[in-house]
Amino acid sequence: MNRPWLRILLPAAAGALLVAVWYGVHFWLDEELRFLLPTPGAVLDAFSTHGPSLARAAWNTTQGALLGFGLAIVVSFTLAIILSLSALVRQSLYPFLMALQMTPLPVLAPICVIWFGAGLPSVSLLTFVIAFFPLVVNTTQGLISTDRHLVELFGLYRASRFQQLFLLRVPAALPYFFTGLRIAATLAPIGAVVADMNAGTSAGDGGGLGFQAVIYSSQAKYPALFATAATTCVLGFVLNAIVLTIAWLALRHWHDSYERSDR
Amino acid sequence: MPAPLVEFHEVTKRFGAGPVVLDRVSFRAEAGDFVSLIGPSGCGKSTALRLLAGLSPVTEGRLLVEGRAPADAAAEIAFVFQEPTLLPWLNVAQNVEVPQRLRGVDAAVRTATRTRVLELVRLSEKAAAYPRQLSGGQKMRVSLARALALAPKLLLLDEPFGALDEMTREHLNEELLAIRQQAAWTAFFVTHSVAEAVFLSNRILVLAANPGRIHTEIPVPLPYPRTEDTRLSRAYHDLVADVSRILRSVEKAADPAARP
Repeated sequence: MNRPWLRILLPAAAGALLVAVWYGVHFWLDEELRFLLPTPGAVLDAFSTHGPSLARAAWNTTQGALLGFGLAIVVSFTLAIILSLSALVRQSLYPFLMALQMTPLPVLAPICVIWFGAGLPSVSLLTFVIAFFPLVVNTTQGLISTDRHLVELFGLYRASRFQQLFLLRVPAALPYFFTGLRIAATLAPIGAVVADMNAGTSAGDGGGLGFQAVIYSSQAKYPALFATAATTCVLGFVLNAIVLTIAWLALRHWHDSYERSDR
Repeated sequence: MPAPLVEFHEVTKRFGAGPVVLDRVSFRAEAGDFVSLIGPSGCGKSTALRLLAGLSPVTEGRLLVEGRAPADAAAEIAFVFQEPTLLPWLNVAQNVEVPQRLRGVDAAVRTATRTRVLELVRLSEKAAAYPRQLSGGQKMRVSLARALALAPKLLLLDEPFGALDEMTREHLNEELLAIRQQAAWTAFFVTHSVAEAVFLSNRILVLAANPGRIHTEIPVPLPYPRTEDTRLSRAYHDLVADVSRILRSVEKAADPAARP
């Protein structure tokens, strides 16, 4: 785009319009129904009123999300390498991976709680389950999609299996891995919040954003509920921005998806 | 008489229970030969190259490189594919170092080799560039530099310039011969272009298809070094005409639909 100021101005204008509509709807509602949609100002007030408990909850959810996400990366990478070994291995293991993915989180949550206890252990494990699937599927696909000419080249130079894996297959799979990572990065914070609603605990200071949302809802603290939603959004945005930056750093020199338009 | 560098003795190749791809091919190449393989598609010219590279085993007969099976002579053999087959995540310098890195050669030696071969293909100033920043011809030159990094005795080239435009191809042909003046390897070169085969080689093998076999061997007595002027000579033009005529007759025999 040759007018960079538009890139700032247009989203800002869209944001202003959204706030205006929001206020409009609030005051358009009958007075006794206005509690259903607190004004942006009331939500901002809730941030200062409930600041400490929101911050604590956000920190707990961040821990759960990052632990689950990190575990998903490590386990999926290892498993993807095993799955890439042969079609037979994939056919044998995929049904069970699918089964794990097909089980809804609220069903899985109580099982997790009776095994590992409520709070962080269960929340991070459930986040892991959610984030794991797109990572393992994409990375495996990447590992088995290596250009056959390059594989032949490595064969010609008598590369060992280890060299072929780490100098060829893994780097070639990186774009696929990052596609999975971007999906997982959007799922992890949502997973952590939903997991917290189902497996969170107020014991210690273990409650996360999901747990907090349940409490605010039951106490009819609606502005605080909206503030909780906004905090969850921010968490998701930050995690995504980090992942996008890492992907950009890793791929910008060579991958076509980062082709510069000025070249 | 010294042992030949390459010896095909009654070499037959068949993939599984499929048709015979190469049928009792016998041929010897001496060190310093530049042999072009030309023929209709399905004549087994690329297969012959892959057998030489040890990428695929011989079904019957004997194939020797320096008196050994190709797989045992791997250190002496380099291959240039039809595609540049560069690793897109490595820059030019790192790509050229791949073969030595796979063999565990240490960094100082790798750097020296890389500098030398990049100079040879006149790409020193592109050492830090990534493959996608290069033109088709430049990518092919990097691929060639990588093949030369191991100082091979036998260089196998499978239609390396087939995807390039005529001008670039002619330039690279001249460059290839110039490089050969400095590092005397023996070459087996697969091509579809008669002009290219005549310009580069001292021996041309015309292969026939179904089953793949040597139809004719044509010596090319043009003196080296060959330059742009070679292409203007009468002898060159006569040879191109001769080889084209033979190739056409072989192609007609291979494709019944083309018969009058």
